[in-house]
Amino acid sequence: MTSTKDCAGKCAVTFTVNGEARQVVAYPMARLLDILRNELGLTGAKEGCGEGECGSCAVLMDDVLVNSCLVPVLQAGGTAIFTIEGLASEGKLHAVQQAFLDCGGAQCGICTPGMIMATVELLGKKPAPSMEEIREGLSGNLCRCTGYMQIFSAVAEAARRIAAP
Amino acid sequence: MRPGRRGHGMPCPYGESVMTVQRNESIVGASVARKEGRDKVTGRARYIDDMTLPGMLFGATVRSSVARAKIKKISFGAEINWDEFVVVSAADIPGKNCIALILDDQPCLADGMINHPEEPILLLAHPERHKLWKAMAAVKIDYEELPAVTTIEESEGGLASGREVIWGADNIFKTFLIEKGDVDSVWPSAAHIVEGEYSTGAQEQLYIENNGIIAAFDPAEGVTIWGSLQCPYYVHKAMMKLFALPEDKVRVVQMETGGAFGGKEEYPSMIAGHAALLARKSGRPVKIIYDRAEDMAATTKRHPSRTRHRTAVDGDGKILGGEIEFVIDGGAYATLSSVVLSRGTIHAGGPYHWPNIRIRSKAVATNVPPHGAFRGFGAPQSLFAMERHMDRIAQVVGVSASEIRRRNFLRPEQTTTTQQKVSEEVNLEFLMDRALELSDYEAKKKRFTAANATGEKKRGMGIASFLHGAGFTGSGERYLDSVAGVEGCADGTVRVLVSSTEFGQGTNTVLCQIAAETLKISYDSVAIAQPDTFAVPNSGPTVASRTVMVVGKLVHSAALGLRQTLVGAGLLRDGYSAEEFRVACAEYVAKCGVLKSYARYQAPPDVFWDDEKYRGEAYATYAWAVYVAEVSVEPATYSVAIEDFVALQEVGRVLHPILAEGQIVGGVAQAIGFALYEKVVWEGGRMRNNQMTNYIMPTSSDLPPIRVFFEEFGNPHGAYGAKGIGELPMDGPAPAILNALEDACGVRCTAIPMLPEDLFAAMAHGGPDATVLSGKTQ
Repeated sequence: MTSTKDCAGKCAVTFTVNGEARQVVAYPMARLLDILRNELGLTGAKEGCGEGECGSCAVLMDDVLVNSCLVPVLQAGGTAIFTIEGLASEGKLHAVQQAFLDCGGAQCGICTPGMIMATVELLGKKPAPSMEEIREGLSGNLCRCTGYMQIFSAVAEAARRIAAP
Repeated sequence: MRPGRRGHGMPCPYGESVMTVQRNESIVGASVARKEGRDKVTGRARYIDDMTLPGMLFGATVRSSVARAKIKKISFGAEINWDEFVVVSAADIPGKNCIALILDDQPCLADGMINHPEEPILLLAHPERHKLWKAMAAVKIDYEELPAVTTIEESEGGLASGREVIWGADNIFKTFLIEKGDVDSVWPSAAHIVEGEYSTGAQEQLYIENNGIIAAFDPAEGVTIWGSLQCPYYVHKAMMKLFALPEDKVRVVQMETGGAFGGKEEYPSMIAGHAALLARKSGRPVKIIYDRAEDMAATTKRHPSRTRHRTAVDGDGKILGGEIEFVIDGGAYATLSSVVLSRGTIHAGGPYHWPNIRIRSKAVATNVPPHGAFRGFGAPQSLFAMERHMDRIAQVVGVSASEIRRRNFLRPEQTTTTQQKVSEEVNLEFLMDRALELSDYEAKKKRFTAANATGEKKRGMGIASFLHGAGFTGSGERYLDSVAGVEGCADGTVRVLVSSTEFGQGTNTVLCQIAAETLKISYDSVAIAQPDTFAVPNSGPTVASRTVMVVGKLVHSAALGLRQTLVGAGLLRDGYSAEEFRVACAEYVAKCGVLKSYARYQAPPDVFWDDEKYRGEAYATYAWAVYVAEVSVEPATYSVAIEDFVALQEVGRVLHPILAEGQIVGGVAQAIGFALYEKVVWEGGRMRNNQMTNYIMPTSSDLPPIRVFFEEFGNPHGAYGAKGIGELPMDGPAPAILNALEDACGVRCTAIPMLPEDLFAAMAHGGPDATVLSGKTQ
């Protein structure tokens, strides 16, 4: 664990975010979500419920999807964090982002960053997921707008495009 | 309606339905990229909680813990250094202490009297958010509690016994009476009289982005509000009254809004008032963001309802006449209940021909947080009753669910319950045929009936046919007097100027499509201005499925005006190219400074509406639909699974197939929640399950394949033939599902939400109270 305690009860915690080394000084139980949003200015991850139900705050931590509202920042020390902001490279959308755009996978957009990170994780594990695997893989991310069908289309489409670019 | 003029099947991930989305040459009708889509998929879209202002404080709301009381004393605990906090009470309000909407009866901050749990009493602000929690806990409020009423029955019953009157003279916010023909004369000649009582529960909108506002106050400039909201000019009106300021001293800006569904129609005015009062007192900007628990407990929900039907039919099941009594629970203050009641009342008779009918309706007061706007706006409640009742009539008469509907469908030239002549080429029988075919209804029903006799798992099929009026009711659009604008910019591009907001439905995209199509320029050269009351005209609230149809038409007119200006100035000739338009536009702006064109709503000349008698053209047009649900019931757990869902509708011209399908699927999903999952648990007028952990909305694992189909016919009142679409899909699924449930297990459930435990109870008791629903044969 890469952290050192300071006298005010805060810790210095280092990790990488979207490939860049970052250090923050924070209370050890501060939520990773707040650190990302308020300290690092990465407001892509959203707070929907604050209790790990909705998945709007989902980010990847060492390639595992986590609800950042439930992760104390101390636990993130030494890990590689990956957020929605790190997905597009040089202005070009990631295949998952493009598929969400093309298939109507984003309506109000508030669940979208978390939903896209969940899709990235899913396709990392299962490059050609079945419909049941898509449903299961996204079941930790709530969407109130789409009724999910166009999100399923987007995930399937992204998988196809990644397989045959 | 011309059958099969053009049909779209959604791009079904199951590969079952054909993807027939057409990519026209034209922009309207094509699934162009969502305007703000790129920002949304990259996380760059700016919602209110993503915004920070220098020196900003965080605000919090101290609320009542009781349903009805007098406030005796407010004390501040000594453990807190109150000098660090800004504290605001009702005494700090410079204007009128109300949230201006319709009746102005709801205070911004309670002043002595509490009328519902979670009623705002005091406001606190501090630079550090986490310090607010401790301070809130240190505010002690002493109450003298008063008896409270928390249900429709208590609100009515209190009256009968001459006891608790909690609002006005009689606990009644509003009543309506619709009368057509002479219903009293039909009972003796009826072959059957069928009675029924139906009820629906409260439902939380559950937008994933909680409510939030940032306010700033400047003694010279007045109030500025940024927020997650649907109706900038509602907030504008409320701030003017609360702060006694003229219109140019209130500015309201909508930020990207993470879902609304009606839930951000009226309550944002309350939060804006709170944040602005704190900003005024502190001299600093103030941010108030609700957490999920506060948002669910304190803000509006769908009105609970109770509907009673008494219907006279002849031996063939043709409706002779009927009486409908529709009651909604409005909560503690009037807010929008009268308007919700209006829509529910007008939709109560469904898409059927009633030669004689009397509909009485009322919105009653209770000591619960005010109920408010939610997609469908009263219609899902009264249509749930109508469509369950239709199945009951079919049983009593002894005909099928589809046949009873066919025999009573409204046809062109007949009149609705408000005596509006059906002037559209509606063909509900065609929609019924097509929906039955798409869902393989008859074959499945036969198969399930046979299998249910012996099999453990029960399966069933259910139908709902319904309509949804687009735009404001009656004279509503005339009162709104909406204005939309189109602006030519210095670089030759175009901006749409409206206060109509985007919150997922596709406002930005569709209005830009309409402007681009009208001006014959590319979609990419049209942008939409951020809704800001300093920059855009009042195009009315973003509600009532009116944006594409009504505001879209205004954008169309304004765009035509802009083109005319350029032609009149000699800068543009007929048959121009997009590039020629760009050059002409830029040249005009370089010469004359500003190029803006506005269009104001004009009511069609032949529209008649009587607000007193509730008679006439209730809506400019209606969308029509037939939905079919297939369900299965697990005998061991009583859990209900929807196996297939067909949503077939006629919504005028589909301007953007992917967005339109998204609206329907999303609405059906919410309605499935309304029917089977989402139960608000009340205790003393307070929501107890105000968390996503125990208020359950459908997840990606819960929903069936939702198959969407459109039939298209034009609507002369709407932009490029469009009708309203957003609310329609909320109306039909709940009755279709409950009808299927009865088909599967023979239990006549009349109340939603219907959770497994409710189904268990109903089946254990051999069905619901038999007195509630009895088909009487004379």
